[in-house]
Amino acid sequence: MKFISKYRRHKLATPLLLLFALFGIGLTFSVASATEAPKAVDAAARSTLIEEGQQIFLKGCSSCHGLNSEGGAVAPSLIGVGAASVDFQVATGRMPMQDMSQQAMRKAPVYNEEEVAALAAYVASLAPGPRAYTNEEITWERDGNTAEGGELFRNNCAMCHNFAGQGGALTQGKYAPTVMGVEPKHIYEALITGPQAMPVFSDKIITPEEKLSIIKWIKAAESEPNLGGAALGRVGPVTEGLLVWTFGLGLLIGIAVWLTAKAR
Amino acid sequence: MSKELEPLADPGLPEHIHRKADTDPIAAKRAERQVAVLFSLSAFGTLLFIYSYFFIKEDQFIFIPIMGSNNAQQLGIGMGMAMSLLFIGFGAVHWAKTLMPDQEVIAYRHEMRSDDSDRDEFVKAAKEGAEIAGLGRRPLIKRSLAAAAGLAGLPAILLLRDLGPLPGNALNETSWKTGTRLVTDPGDRPIKASDLEVGGVAQVMPELPAGKKRTLENIAKDAVLLIRLRPSEFQLDPERLSWTHEGIIAFSKICSHMGCAVALYEQTTKHLLCPCHQSTFDVTRAAKVIFGPAARPLPQLAITVDADGYLIAKQPFTEAVGPSFWERKS
Amino acid sequence: MSARERIAGNVANYVDERTGAAAWMKKNLQKVFPDHWSFMLGEIALYSFLILLLSGTFLTFWFDPSMRHVVYEGSYQPLKDVEMSAAYASTLHISFDVRGGLLMRQIHHWAALIFMAAIVVHLLRVFFTGAFRKPREFNWILGIALLTLGIVEGFLGYSLPDDLLSGTGIRIAHAIIQSIPVVGTYLSFFAFGGAFPGEVFIPRIYIVHVLLLPGIFLALITVHLMLVWYQKHTQYPGPGRTEKNVVGYPLMPVYMAKAGGFFFIVFGITAFLGAVASINAIWLYGPYTPGQISAGSQPDWYMGWLDGLVRMAPPLETHAFGHTIPWNILLPGLILPGIIFTGMALYPFIESWMTGDKREHHLLDRPRNVPNRTALGVMSLTFMLVALINGGNDIIATHFDLTINQIMWFSRIGIIILPPLAFVITKRICLSLQRADRELVLHGKETGRLVMLPHGEFIEIHEELSDAKKFTLTQHEQPKAIALVEEDARGVLNPKGIRAKLQARFSAANAENIAKPTAAEVKELESGHH
Repeated sequence: MKFISKYRRHKLATPLLLLFALFGIGLTFSVASATEAPKAVDAAARSTLIEEGQQIFLKGCSSCHGLNSEGGAVAPSLIGVGAASVDFQVATGRMPMQDMSQQAMRKAPVYNEEEVAALAAYVASLAPGPRAYTNEEITWERDGNTAEGGELFRNNCAMCHNFAGQGGALTQGKYAPTVMGVEPKHIYEALITGPQAMPVFSDKIITPEEKLSIIKWIKAAESEPNLGGAALGRVGPVTEGLLVWTFGLGLLIGIAVWLTAKAR
Repeated sequence: MSKELEPLADPGLPEHIHRKADTDPIAAKRAERQVAVLFSLSAFGTLLFIYSYFFIKEDQFIFIPIMGSNNAQQLGIGMGMAMSLLFIGFGAVHWAKTLMPDQEVIAYRHEMRSDDSDRDEFVKAAKEGAEIAGLGRRPLIKRSLAAAAGLAGLPAILLLRDLGPLPGNALNETSWKTGTRLVTDPGDRPIKASDLEVGGVAQVMPELPAGKKRTLENIAKDAVLLIRLRPSEFQLDPERLSWTHEGIIAFSKICSHMGCAVALYEQTTKHLLCPCHQSTFDVTRAAKVIFGPAARPLPQLAITVDADGYLIAKQPFTEAVGPSFWERKS
Repeated sequence: MSARERIAGNVANYVDERTGAAAWMKKNLQKVFPDHWSFMLGEIALYSFLILLLSGTFLTFWFDPSMRHVVYEGSYQPLKDVEMSAAYASTLHISFDVRGGLLMRQIHHWAALIFMAAIVVHLLRVFFTGAFRKPREFNWILGIALLTLGIVEGFLGYSLPDDLLSGTGIRIAHAIIQSIPVVGTYLSFFAFGGAFPGEVFIPRIYIVHVLLLPGIFLALITVHLMLVWYQKHTQYPGPGRTEKNVVGYPLMPVYMAKAGGFFFIVFGITAFLGAVASINAIWLYGPYTPGQISAGSQPDWYMGWLDGLVRMAPPLETHAFGHTIPWNILLPGLILPGIIFTGMALYPFIESWMTGDKREHHLLDRPRNVPNRTALGVMSLTFMLVALINGGNDIIATHFDLTINQIMWFSRIGIIILPPLAFVITKRICLSLQRADRELVLHGKETGRLVMLPHGEFIEIHEELSDAKKFTLTQHEQPKAIALVEEDARGVLNPKGIRAKLQARFSAANAENIAKPTAAEVKELESGHH
């Protein structure tokens, strides 16, 4: 107590308290909004992949998508969406949806690889639809062309996902997420299934080779070092202006204060 | 002024407080050493610059926490240059603050206004000058001078005429004519209706005659967005509905607001969003504006299929594409 | 005489015999400059300008201002064999194949952002302290001109590389030109040499950016500084400082060392930013083509408010007699900025009309002592801030979990109701601060030391302010409102009519102040208080 009352009028007391309060709020918020760890799912009984998928579906998906995947008030029908959609949505953690907000967020997946495969097999059995892919068969490194991929990306993807694939805003709270750190097969599946607000890019419009080039460019952008210094989010002038007004001017004005202060 | 309203008296400049370096020679020496250290750091920065410029390879990268992987040479010459400049500044300022005299000095202001004798002399000189020139007595000179001077400025303006051609009808025309095939952009592949799935989009351009190259000026007017919906999802009048084909609808990609490319298609809401100023267009109602500053819907291109099943334009655009202008009729 | 002194003497003699320099040098070496950190903001702008000249000249040695189509053959692989303009290709060349090229590009761009930011804070300092009053009105107008030209120069500068982001900005500018009634299409065809984008725009703005505008800047900045030199800098009020003197340090050596040192510091900080922070990474944007666009496209911050105004504009367009006038472009793009900047330029005259004050002023105002002006300034700032925020509404939406629609509506309504709200709140805060000053002068500073009196009452000891501090808090003038003379003694109505009424109203608002303590009041308290 003595310490506090002794230093309560110290010139650094207010800024330090402010810092402490901000840190405390941030810590409390991040703890409170932490997502739960994925629950362990009971091992399904030994059965075929499709039956296994159906069991998982009934337990985790039917409450929104209907017992026969016919859809409902809050979720669309899954008949005909194909294994590709399931692999994309469930393996990226978007499904099951955390809350009924504007769109499904990418998060830690609830189901493991085998369960995803089972679900995909089940949904694929309902009606023909685009098939799922594996990372190995997406031969972007061998068959893609980075420069061509960049042209395609800027023509077809940058308007939603931003020039560097960092993501962008859509209307009414929807958003195009970042494409960085996404597995090649998921990029491919997203292109062919058009998840949520994203349109479908049919193979005749963007050929499979062109899709591989897009993936190659995305991977190149992902691994590209920041050539000029800290990237500031790769979103352009907004963060650059923010840096000038906070760090840049702040530092210069601070130096001006030091410069005109009387020396001891 | 009455005594009650008199302000407090000016106590004059405060007494000068000496700095440590003013009175204590050891402190002065210390300040001197500090300045020298700062200048030396600048020299070190210059050396860092020279080393980085000549001896760090251009393709070397270095990882710095928070900043990520950066180009080592760029970082080296940048930091070297920054240090070499910064520490000269810090040194000079520290020198001024600690060692140079910091006694405040008073100088006196003079009124800006010149004194009356100067003013009178100026007025006299100006008047005399004007009289000698004789403008007042010779109106013919005055008027012809005014005419000549006024006209002399004209060539400067007229010389600018060839800055560019007159707009003519250029703003109302695009490369889309009756029967022009829609081709993918990039790729220039013609498109069949079955190539586009429901919920899909395609960036398209008009097919160019053989040998012709597409220019940016073409793209700025010809860019079109093809979208496929289910035919039942349209809320169009019969004429506009006839401009679609099996649920495929085509719009100019050039925003009717200020000309950005509108290609953000939301499959779930069937809305098109322009990322520049957030104008939102409803595809099911012929790109009617439902939010944002755009005042007109996107022009719709009437499409159909040709004998081989490829999508073609039924007719040119019925209005000018892109932003509004004075001569635009609607 | 030492060898050094002899050489110096010879040089000085040589120069003086040809220019007569000694006469004016002797006076000006001793010129006094007041010393306050807020007087250095204009210096930041000045030094940034010099940095822009130096770094810009470097860039011109490699930049090719041509829109001729080339195929990229440089070292950046993700753009290999891509078609682009020579301007874009040469910028890539500078960034990747010229040692120090990327550094200088970044220094140039950071310096531009700092230049504009420094101009704005300098403007705010001049405005809030009333340094624009007579005799400095013309200097204020020069400053507004520099601000406007700076915005244009920056826009042209970042448009030179012809990348996707800046090309989009040019598309917007083209739409604004084209929207002008009667002459818009002609102006746009002349400016672009034909249809958009044409082949001549970049070379034309290049000459404006490297020759015309820098030339105008040099001239205007020179006159701006000469006026400061000749009229002498203003100073903050305080003991020993009057309207008739300047208290500070002499040019040589103190001011030269500090100001010169500050130039190196500004340059050093800018170079540091250029070294560690990436800016305008055009290789990621891609070359400009009118068929492409990126999500989250914004201009540089000093144009962000314009972008925000354009975004929130109502979708108004009129069609009459076969002609279209797009008000949704003209209002936020030309008319409103025109009104704002004209109003800013004329403000010194507007204020002197409102207050009826036609005297010279060399002592600055403390913002709290001029509540009306301070509130007006905060109101204008609030307007600009709401516009600026809306300019980044899509980036704000994705980063803070909001919707662009929400931010847009907030801005549309906020830009109308927030500025007047800010005015009222600021004025009240200023008046409260005046009250606090009055309390300080009359009752002294609270020390936080509590004392228990013999009869049990607790009091806090107040420490009387020094005479110097008391003077500083009370030296300002509190003008009276202009009395409204409706009729003179013979019943003749005031010829100024409604203007006189308005003037009386405004000056009454300006005169709303908390009466400052007088010498008599202080004396009274000193004698009778504990």
